[in-house]
Amino acid sequence: APKVVRPRGPYDTDERATSYEDATTYNNFYEFGLDKGEPAENAHTLKPRPWTVVIDGEVNKPQRVDMDTLQSWFPLEERVYRMRCVEAWSMVIPWLGFPLAGLLRRVEPTSKAKYVAFTTLKDPEQMPGQKYPVLDWPYVEGLRLDEALHPLTLMAVGMYGRVLPNQNGAPLRLVVPWKYGFKGIKSIVRISLTEKQPPTTWNRSNPREYGFFANVNPEVAHPRWSQASERRIGELRRRPTLPFNGYAEQVADLYKGMDLRGNF
Amino acid sequence: MASPPHPWLKPAVLVGGLYPLAHLALAFAQGALGANPIERVLNQTGLLALILLVASLACTPLKVVSGWTWPIRLRKLLGLLGFTYASLHFLTYAVLDQGLALGVILEDIAKRPFITVGFLALVLLVPLAVTSTNRMVRRMGFPAWQRLHRLAYVAASLGVVHFVWRVKKDLTEPLIYGGVLVLLFAIRVAEALRKRRARSSAQVPARSV
Repeated sequence: APKVVRPRGPYDTDERATSYEDATTYNNFYEFGLDKGEPAENAHTLKPRPWTVVIDGEVNKPQRVDMDTLQSWFPLEERVYRMRCVEAWSMVIPWLGFPLAGLLRRVEPTSKAKYVAFTTLKDPEQMPGQKYPVLDWPYVEGLRLDEALHPLTLMAVGMYGRVLPNQNGAPLRLVVPWKYGFKGIKSIVRISLTEKQPPTTWNRSNPREYGFFANVNPEVAHPRWSQASERRIGELRRRPTLPFNGYAEQVADLYKGMDLRGNF
Repeated sequence: MASPPHPWLKPAVLVGGLYPLAHLALAFAQGALGANPIERVLNQTGLLALILLVASLACTPLKVVSGWTWPIRLRKLLGLLGFTYASLHFLTYAVLDQGLALGVILEDIAKRPFITVGFLALVLLVPLAVTSTNRMVRRMGFPAWQRLHRLAYVAASLGVVHFVWRVKKDLTEPLIYGGVLVLLFAIRVAEALRKRRARSSAQVPARSV
C-alpha cells in the first residue's frame, strides 16, 4: 500500500515507533490473562462490533450511541505518543483517534461535572479473564475534567494506521500519554461525567501503590521498584524517565500548586 | 534399604538442570525472547532457582516418606543448581537490567523489601554452596554442617516471599511453592519428633533405682 506521508503534528514525538509486533503482543489486559503475551493469544473472543457506548451522568445530552456512529462524528487523527507502563517499560505508539474533548463538548457537560468516569465491558464470555476475581470487574478509570479536556487526551480506535487490535482495547480506548499506561482504559462501554472523583480499579486494588492521578513521575518510586528509569521496548539499556513522561511543557500547568508526591 | 546405584541419575539431573540455561542463552542470542527479553531472563532464572531449591529440600522428606535413598544423592546437585540460577538471576538484574548502576542497586537492596529479601536469600545460599563439598562436611563435623544447612529452608522461604511481592495481583503461583515448602517442613518436623520419641522410649527400660 502507498505510504501516506503527513507532517509531524504538534503533539507527535519524533522518536522511533516500537515495532507493531511488540506493541500488539506485549501488554497488560487482565481481562484476557495475566501474562503480557496472553492478551494477543486470547482476545479473539472479544466482539468489537456491534458495540454500544453509553454517555451519561452530568451532561445535557446523555445518549447510547453505536460505535460506528460515534466514530463518524470525528475525523481521525494520528498521534505518535510515548507510552510509559507503571512497570518501568515503555513504547512509542502511533495511535489513530480523536480528542476526548470533542466528544465531551458534544454531550455538553453540566456545571456540576468535575470528573469523567470510564467503564470497560463486563462479559466473561468475551473476556475470559473476568471469570477470576483478580481485579474488581469491570475495570474502571477516571480523569479530572480538565485532564479529560486536554488536547493530548485521545480516544483511540486504531494504531499503526490500522483498526485497533482486540488485545489493545478495541473498539475504543483511552490514551493519556503523560500518565502511566494503566490509566488508558480499554474496550470502553460507558463514559459518565460525575461531580465526585470516581473510583479507579488499580487504586481500589492497591491504594498504596497506585494513585488516582498516576502521572509519570521519576521522583516518586513505586514501593517495589524505582521509577527513575525505564526500558524502551526494543532497547537493552535503560533510559531516564521524564517528568510527565516528557509532556511537562503541555500538562504541568494542570497540577500547579499540587503536591505531586501525595497525589501520586 | 539402599536403592540400586542408578549411575545415570546424577548426570541426567545435571543435564536436565542446565538445559533451560542453554535454551535461554540461545533464545536470548537469537532475539527469540519476545518484546522484553531481559524481563524474561529475570523471570525464568528466578523461577528455576526456586524450583531447584525446593526440589533439593524435597529430597530428605521424599526419603522419609518412601524409604528410597536415591533422592539423598541428588540433594547437593539440586541445591548447587538452584544456587547457580539464583546467582544468574541476581547477575541478570545487576548487569543486564540495571547496567551495573551501583547506586541504584544498593538503593534497591536497602529500600525495597521485595529486593531486600531476594538478595538476602542469595546471601544465605553462599555459605551453603561453599560448604557443600564432602571435605567441608568432614571438617565441620556432621551436626554443625547439618545445622548450617537448615538455612536452606530460610533461603527458600525468603525466595517465596520475594516471589509473592514480585507478583502484581495473582498470588496462586507463589503460594503453590509456599504450600510445598510448608508440606516439606511438616514432614521434617514430624520425622524429628518421631525420632526423638523413639530415642526416649528406648531409654525407658534403663534401670531406675
